[in-house]
Amino acid sequence: MTSLSTKSSSLSSVSAGRKAKDRAAKVFVYAAFALAIIPLVSVLWTVISNGAKRFDGVFLTHSMNGLASKDAGGGAYHAIIGTLEQVGLTALISVPLGVLTAIYLVEYARGGRLGRTISFFVDVMTGIPSIVSGLFVLAFWLLALGMDFSGFAGALSLTILMLPTVVRATEEMLKLVPGDLKEAAYALGVPRWRTIMFVVLPTALPGIVSGVMLAVARVMGETAPLLLTIFITKAINTDPFSGAQGSLPTFIWDQSTDPNANAVDRAWAGALVLILLIMLLNLAARLVAWLRRPSAR
Amino acid sequence: MTSETPAALAKAAERPRPALSMSTGRAGDRIFAGLSRGSGLVILAIMAAIAVFLVWKAIPALQDDKANFLTSQEWNPDGAPAKFGIAQLVFGTLMTSVLALVMAVPVAVGIALFITYYAPRRLAGVMAYLVDLLAAVPSIVYGLWGLNFLVTKMTGVSGFLNSYFGWIPLFGGSETGGRTILTAAIVLAIMILPIISAITREVFVQVPHAHVEAALALGATRWEMIRMSVLPFGRSGMVSAAMLGLGRALGETIAVAMVLSTTAGIDWHILKDGGNTFAANIANTFAMSGPTGRSALIASGLVLFVITLLVNVGARAVVARRKEFS
Repeated sequence: MTSLSTKSSSLSSVSAGRKAKDRAAKVFVYAAFALAIIPLVSVLWTVISNGAKRFDGVFLTHSMNGLASKDAGGGAYHAIIGTLEQVGLTALISVPLGVLTAIYLVEYARGGRLGRTISFFVDVMTGIPSIVSGLFVLAFWLLALGMDFSGFAGALSLTILMLPTVVRATEEMLKLVPGDLKEAAYALGVPRWRTIMFVVLPTALPGIVSGVMLAVARVMGETAPLLLTIFITKAINTDPFSGAQGSLPTFIWDQSTDPNANAVDRAWAGALVLILLIMLLNLAARLVAWLRRPSAR
Repeated sequence: MTSETPAALAKAAERPRPALSMSTGRAGDRIFAGLSRGSGLVILAIMAAIAVFLVWKAIPALQDDKANFLTSQEWNPDGAPAKFGIAQLVFGTLMTSVLALVMAVPVAVGIALFITYYAPRRLAGVMAYLVDLLAAVPSIVYGLWGLNFLVTKMTGVSGFLNSYFGWIPLFGGSETGGRTILTAAIVLAIMILPIISAITREVFVQVPHAHVEAALALGATRWEMIRMSVLPFGRSGMVSAAMLGLGRALGETIAVAMVLSTTAGIDWHILKDGGNTFAANIANTFAMSGPTGRSALIASGLVLFVITLLVNVGARAVVARRKEFS
């Protein structure tokens, strides 16, 4: 395409006006790309340069317990633990549910009415604003069932955000599994569930793993639902099932709403840790997909 | 949620289903089919529960409300008497999201065109990845960046726009600042850019080669080829991408909550500090809310949920219609 179009403009029968329009369009699309890259670079640069100030051993190994926000020192240890536990619990709930739902949609429903209904509501779920998922857990888990703020409540709200991503990613991967493989298994008399478990899933596994990693990376940065479900604490709480728990996003929120320079520095360092975790997951997902790509096998 | 699984499982296992007719009837097959079906049903149950519990927990506050829920600009649910309404929130949410959309769509379409038709083939993949990275940055980080970096820059921009373009009603007013609706809209625009450009790109890649080559063979310049074959083909795709972006922007919470300095009341001057949105209001006032306050926030969240639902379903409908025609 590209080579064709350059030739056509060199035929020299193109009038000046048309040339100018073509040039203008070219400038516009280049500028559009640059406009997207500027904020990306700016965000990463400010996070790295401001976050490096407090990105040290103390920050990674200490909580904020007993410290006022104006004090120097302190760290995000409680928040890192909280985030890892909450995200782990979220994955523990939503991966089996999501993968099984995808299996139902691809292998069993085959365009039936229930399948189409579930598929529609998975789409609806994708569009749920994160704050609404937090409000739901607040209404259901905390108000209706009378439970307390806890890391698990946060995980429940994150599950609602992660589930549809897992279902869609798994569905795409399952659809790519060649029918021949399944038919070969059926022809050998392998029961259907064993075919799915030991032929279909292993074939689709790298894709599912990288999809799950991306989904985890996405929910890791969610703040809004956590504000309503885990509340805010300065102390280390390793038990996600009872009491308020910290998390990196709420830690950043808490520290940044304080006008104090020490607190703002901690917020930037927290943002740096969060971005590093997310980028690591993103890279790992890419790596898994690349290492196990079909042409490499 | 977990308590529903066994019930759903039992129900699925009891009745033979047409979907299971290919099953060999073995126990393992029945259990596995039941499990996967049950998971699907759990998703339906969650969606139903979201609707039911939000409505249920919103009702008490709505009954206590002494002001008109739809038209009041006040938000004081814990006062005596409780008075709150969503008029200001609707205004702020729509204003920020629509402004964000107006800024993001042309840029996103430009990026999609750049990556599919202008960028060197080898670099296109890397460039697409860079744009997608914008989506990987969490909203709290955009909020932090917006509050500590963009706001300081926008104070000057607001002043400039106000003194030179003050004759445009939106840019008018006597005060300008950095923590404005305009700044919030810019942050939102950056956040919805990757999703709009990713979907648009997917549509542009599907443009039939024959259309592209026919246009070029007729002597069209690259821009004329894009205008004649790519844009018409991708129109419905762009519309649905924009609507999905709008849905994202409407529900975005933390970045907006951090950037805006919330003040009460509807103000059309987008260069002035202030404004509020559904999501930002929930995040900002939740910690200090009493029982009625929480219930009122749930009511406002329900309205937000319905609005985003309509926008998203609309976007899907546009996609579905396009599939029928092509």
